[in-house]
Amino acid sequence: MFPRPIQSMSPASKVAYKIALPVMLVLWLLPLLGVAMTSIRPSGDLAAGNYFGIPSRLAFDNYLTVFRNTDLERYLLNSFKVTIPTVIGAVGLSCLTGFALAIYKFKSNLILFFIFVAGNFVPSQILMVPVRDLTVSMGMYNTTMGLALFHIAFQTGFCTLFMRNFIKALPFELVEAARVEGVSEWQIFRHVVMPLMRPAIAALSVLVFTFIWNDFFWAMVLTTGAATQPITAGLNSLNGQWIAAWHLVSAGSILAALPPVLMFFLMQRHFIAGLTLGAVK
Amino acid sequence: MSASTDSLNSRRRPRAFAPWLFLAPGMAMFLFYVIIPIFQSLWVSFYDWDGLSDAKWIGIANYLELLDDDAFYTSLKNNIIWLVLYMLSVPAGLMIALFLNQTVRGIRIYKSLFFFPFVISQVVVGLIFSWFYAPGFGLLYKLIELVTGQGVAILADENLVTYGIIAAGLWPQIAYCMILYLTGLNAVASDQIEAARLDGAKGWRMLWYVVIPQLRPATFIAIVVTVIGALRSFDLVSIMTSGGPFGSSRVLSYFMYEQALSEYGYRMGYGAAIAVVLFAIMIIFISGFIWKMWRDEKGVR
Repeated sequence: MFPRPIQSMSPASKVAYKIALPVMLVLWLLPLLGVAMTSIRPSGDLAAGNYFGIPSRLAFDNYLTVFRNTDLERYLLNSFKVTIPTVIGAVGLSCLTGFALAIYKFKSNLILFFIFVAGNFVPSQILMVPVRDLTVSMGMYNTTMGLALFHIAFQTGFCTLFMRNFIKALPFELVEAARVEGVSEWQIFRHVVMPLMRPAIAALSVLVFTFIWNDFFWAMVLTTGAATQPITAGLNSLNGQWIAAWHLVSAGSILAALPPVLMFFLMQRHFIAGLTLGAVK
Repeated sequence: MSASTDSLNSRRRPRAFAPWLFLAPGMAMFLFYVIIPIFQSLWVSFYDWDGLSDAKWIGIANYLELLDDDAFYTSLKNNIIWLVLYMLSVPAGLMIALFLNQTVRGIRIYKSLFFFPFVISQVVVGLIFSWFYAPGFGLLYKLIELVTGQGVAILADENLVTYGIIAAGLWPQIAYCMILYLTGLNAVASDQIEAARLDGAKGWRMLWYVVIPQLRPATFIAIVVTVIGALRSFDLVSIMTSGGPFGSSRVLSYFMYEQALSEYGYRMGYGAAIAVVLFAIMIIFISGFIWKMWRDEKGVR
């Protein structure tokens, strides 16, 4: 193990480490802690210049104010309406493409695979004008579905990379044995490979959820207004309205961050497994 | 591809046709939304077009205009600063990973909490740092004031603003690199470490000669995601400064959006030309990554 386990060091370093851990953590999360504190500070405190002292009371009503006075609820709902179909669509499509690229040997296999991989690295801006045009011409500009469709297509790149590598690592003998038995290719996919893909599906689902929930660029390009915009774009416009109302900005930010954070803590193992794919050989 | 001949043979060779059925839906989506638009953007960059009326072919005029546009050079310069400084997140992530790579009580929670900034959307990170820097009451502003007696309004200072935004971007990026290295460290062969330890290696020498070589896959991915992240930077610039003050914090991605889709006007052709330049820069890196991955794939076979 590297570095040397702290247990094997002098008592003094053990104590030092135990103290350093929480201190480092607080320093690391300082900006976030500040915002969390501000979100429960009554506006009166901010007006009186009490920015860092003890809040005069815990103003959880800031959160209620945010809900009552803005379309935050609407924005959050829109985020779900974009994110959930994208997770289902991208993970579903990539189960199929990943299976095809991992199981079958054909000439253009590797080229296709690398097209998916390369497409995933492309900057959004090179797609912006044509995708916006395409969405407008399909009559889906400014709809959550129009935004979700683009996300499904784009995420298919990353998801295919992930699924293909995952299936490739499964024992191929299972597929061969099923073929000998005369099982059709679709049945092999459905009943032999799919059941083994559960961890990959879980990992990809949390990752795609987080990526799409946090997307800002495409929300700005393909939607406009509170009826369709997801929370990231919503926060941006609320930030414009709430100049200097930092207790509200903070409460809104915390609310926007909550769903992916919950997702992360609930599915931590899968999340990290997905993110660090390929970090070990 | 050759669907008609394949379907004739399909009864005889079901397996030659099957992959295309599995691939068709995903490929179609990817083709329409990703592959074709790349070429369309290239095409649009030769037009003068406001997105509504008829487009007018103007050849390379958009590119010539870019060469004379100060905003373009500011963006390009900032992109380079982003790229260089963003690379700090790789060693910084490694340092934090080494710090946390212990087995004491509650370490799992610590690791998750250190990873926290990556899970939050960049919009929220941008707002958090705007507050952190806010003149008059921001935490960092107050700290600087306490130490030097004079606060600094980082986001309003033309010379500091880009660095302030990059610092905000480094926060989640370091967390990302950290988690890659924590996973990598888990897989480091402990017998090699012990053997090197018996040979008297320790500290930096051990890290450099024994540990880091074993972390190469993690380092590769950390560099890939950091380069891509640096060149994709849009959210933070948009949220924290909208490219200001006086356009001094623009990057190519934001400059493109500004030209094509904002109050500056709907110059789709000019925007596309900027996007093509950004894409050309990224292609250099992308082809490097793909080349390495391709070699690894061939090696497996």
